[in-house]
Amino acid sequence: MAAGEGVKLIGYWASPYALRVEWALKLKGIEYEYIEEDLPNKSALLLQCNPVYKKLPVLIHDGKPVAESLLIIEYVDEVWKEKYPLLPRDPGERAKARFWAKFTDEKCVPAVMATFTSQGEEQEKHAKEAQENLKTLESGLEGKPFFGGETIGFVDISAAWIGIWAKIVGEIVNIKLVDEEKMPLLCAWLQGVLENPIIKDCLPPGEKLLEHNRGFHRMLTGAAST
Amino acid sequence: MADDLKVFRTWSSPFALRIIWALQLKGLEYETIFEDLSQKSPLLLQYNPTYKKVPVLVHNGKPISESLVILEYIEETWNQNPLLPEDPYERAKARFWAKFVDEKLLQSVIDVLVTEGNKQEEAVPRAKENLKYIEEELKGNKFFGGATIGFTDIALGWTARWLPIIEEVTGIKLIEADTFPRISEWMQNFCDVPVIKANWPPYDKMVTKVQGTREKCLAPKGTN
Repeated sequence: MAAGEGVKLIGYWASPYALRVEWALKLKGIEYEYIEEDLPNKSALLLQCNPVYKKLPVLIHDGKPVAESLLIIEYVDEVWKEKYPLLPRDPGERAKARFWAKFTDEKCVPAVMATFTSQGEEQEKHAKEAQENLKTLESGLEGKPFFGGETIGFVDISAAWIGIWAKIVGEIVNIKLVDEEKMPLLCAWLQGVLENPIIKDCLPPGEKLLEHNRGFHRMLTGAAST
Repeated sequence: MADDLKVFRTWSSPFALRIIWALQLKGLEYETIFEDLSQKSPLLLQYNPTYKKVPVLVHNGKPISESLVILEYIEETWNQNPLLPEDPYERAKARFWAKFVDEKLLQSVIDVLVTEGNKQEEAVPRAKENLKYIEEELKGNKFFGGATIGFTDIALGWTARWLPIIEEVTGIKLIEADTFPRISEWMQNFCDVPVIKANWPPYDKMVTKVQGTREKCLAPKGTN
């Protein structure tokens, strides 16, 4: 591997997408320099490294930027392939892993987000959809403790934050999205992932994250949330 | 044992075309099952219970869905005629642009098709801005894959046929040869590839379908 400027990660403390990448790097034991963005004031570096989306996270490896969190994780898994492989070896299992990570981003996230930003009847509709999607995500576990099987893998680090975030949203809007009775396996899974010391160590402080999101909610709805 | 490959598709799905192209580029034999989406077959619903959509690739009885996920599966299972580069950074770039096509470009183009008046006037520059990123990324290469078509070309490929049709149906020019010279040339080169040329759905049928989509979306609410 070429020696160079090493690995840098442009992130933000409350960004779940940056969190995924940190989990990947830490599980693989990769040294990196973390650069915290001062959102909403996006740095020149971020804009230069991700001109298309202007978003974080961005991984910079020996000066070369890689954007889009799931792609960053695949990149990291390919470059450091011997260290704690995140994707399974078998192409069929890899396809399943990519499918569920994509499902998390394309179905679970928008539904939880829509629950967060809407009100009244519309919110009820979105909350129901979010619960259904989380239930579908649970089916991807196929009865295993983790999506990666016996150990945490690609889907686990891609999807775990949705469990955290759905709980936060649920608390703010007072709707139970992650229901222990309806999704016992998903809840057990989430607990299992968050018990991992490496995972736990990276988590942003719970209260700070809750307040941060409460702030967003107040801004979005103009209401005083309890 | 010979591989048993089935592709569930519709005649018009651009996402299914990606799979057909990839399979043919790798010289793989497969069976095609055409679906009528108004009456989805029990098999399709069994193979893709999450989305209930096409395309689905079934390999020796195991289903894979989501076209870009299927492409990666094909690439990882059959090594001949690689669609992705070897270098991890180049692979990340190829995937980035394929994702960009699906997450940004596609909707912005659809928006031009299904709107009119002010809404359409706003949609056109957004679509062109996304096309501009593609134009810049082509960087004077024949294809995104280099000398031969690859992953990104396959992801973007539907534009080579659908954009001219959308232009015809809406009367709006999105790809002018002088503002998008690289994309214009890419489209021509892409369409010249034998596997691509052989698999387009019938042109007139596609125009009718795209026209129909536009009309349906523009119809006053409550009429369908």
